[in-house]
Amino acid sequence: MKFEDIKKFFFKKPKNALEGSEENTSERIPEAGEPAVIPDKLAEKCENCGQIILSDEMAENFGVCPKCGHYKKMPPRARIAMCAENFAELFAEEEGGNVLQFPGYDEKLAALREKTGEKEGVICGTGEIGGVSCALFAMDYRFVMGSMGHAVGEKITKTFEYATEKKLPVVGFVLSGGARMQEGIVSLMQMAKTSAAVAKHGEAGLLYIAVLTDPTTGGVSASFAFEADVIMAEKGALIGFAGPRVIEQTIRQKLPEGFQRAEFVQKKGFADIIVERKEMKEKLAALLKMHCAEVSA
Amino acid sequence: MNAYEIVLKSREKGRPTALKYIGKIVDGFIELHGDRRFADDRAVIGGIGYIGGRPVTVIGIEKGSDTNGKIEHNFGCAHPEGYRKAVRLMKQAEKFHRPVLCFVDTSGAYCGIGAEERGQSEAIASSIIEMIRLKTPTLSIIIGEGGSGGALGLSAADEVWITETSTYSVISPEGCASILWKDSAKVAEASECLKLTAEDLLRLGAVEKVVKENGFNDEFYERLGRDIAAFFAEKSEVPAESLVEARYARFRKF
Ligand SMILES: [Zn+2]
Repeated sequence: MKFEDIKKFFFKKPKNALEGSEENTSERIPEAGEPAVIPDKLAEKCENCGQIILSDEMAENFGVCPKCGHYKKMPPRARIAMCAENFAELFAEEEGGNVLQFPGYDEKLAALREKTGEKEGVICGTGEIGGVSCALFAMDYRFVMGSMGHAVGEKITKTFEYATEKKLPVVGFVLSGGARMQEGIVSLMQMAKTSAAVAKHGEAGLLYIAVLTDPTTGGVSASFAFEADVIMAEKGALIGFAGPRVIEQTIRQKLPEGFQRAEFVQKKGFADIIVERKEMKEKLAALLKMHCAEVSA
Repeated sequence: MNAYEIVLKSREKGRPTALKYIGKIVDGFIELHGDRRFADDRAVIGGIGYIGGRPVTVIGIEKGSDTNGKIEHNFGCAHPEGYRKAVRLMKQAEKFHRPVLCFVDTSGAYCGIGAEERGQSEAIASSIIEMIRLKTPTLSIIIGEGGSGGALGLSAADEVWITETSTYSVISPEGCASILWKDSAKVAEASECLKLTAEDLLRLGAVEKVVKENGFNDEFYERLGRDIAAFFAEKSEVPAESLVEARYARFRKF
């Protein structure tokens, strides 16, 4: 395991910006908590139990709190470093723009790019998991909670098209609060665009594993998240179409404990496997091997 | 009319709903019920009838016209079963080489406990991916509100048309104003910013045709019926594989 890599991506802080600042939380889907990171990088406070944890310990535990077992969100490069070897990024140059000239959106994008050091809300490329080559994408909670606008949809579509051409399986780490509303109808169209690319990849007889992480809701949940051959859900992840607050407002009652959590989703028949973070790589490798390795009886 | 006035118009009481269009445009309509899995979702109406002498599978999101109708059809907010019924009828249409026509009019897919338990996300995702690869001609017409994923589930078509005071948007202007500006009073501003009017959508390439409404008089339905018949006559000459490739390109451009 490359703890150093994972740690680096967990705590990568471009310039003078911190994760979880006010600005970052200002307009995303409100259900999900934002990690509270202590800037000295030596220790941090668990966003769930509030205990102070050494950052090294947290990183070695893949962002799972050793005291209470809470899953901290993983930045996409940390996620990829945890699961794959020899990652080579693709489509890094792709960036979105203010297609509708939506007020304030240019500034918002510029601030997010500055803050995260990333151009957009998904990282794509190729790598190996358990020795099996695959195409990968991982979505970024720091970028308006992984919301899908043109750039995110374009990169994911290109990843599927690339995988179809190169006959590679796709492993996607899904995280999204839904659509990028500042891109209006263009954002909605990404659901159709990505779905069509998933379909073509599937028609070529290729494997797609979606790993649904916290949160997977809205337009992304209603497109490529639920179009995979195998749907893994990370333990405890919130997965659903509408966010819990929207549902509570609609039906005017409190939702039961555990509603829309990975375990609930599996019980209702919509997720194949619940995975703990520490076993994710191994589970992915095993499934990839069953689909992609030569059979030697 | 400004964008907000169009938003209000698209939801106006007395506006023709999918059943009205079916009654006016489709001959000998036979409704087919149920998703064969769980229930018959009345928010989605489906069946077979003739348009221009050609059998067509017709699917519509129905809001209901009077109080009882609105309750029966759940105000046009479909549950997963509605999308699963639509997919069943689309696959049936493909088998019998019938074109598929969808009338879209919904504020969005239903948000509720049952809808989540029965996989609303999966139902819409399946509807999009099945429709976008369907080997038969498809046309969707937005006749009121085209609300987000719930509308897209029935709009992954060869062409999307819209009547002139209808809207198609990723989020309601109310939702946009409250999330982005924490101010539901900014609905008019959000309506403008979202570029959800027929004119904007045509410019952005999200729709191919804006249908003049003319107060929804008889001439409107006659003209629309003729245009639909002509569209299917033309598309029925195209090999299925070419249709599917053209549809891929249609959505790939965004
Ligand atoms: Zn903790």
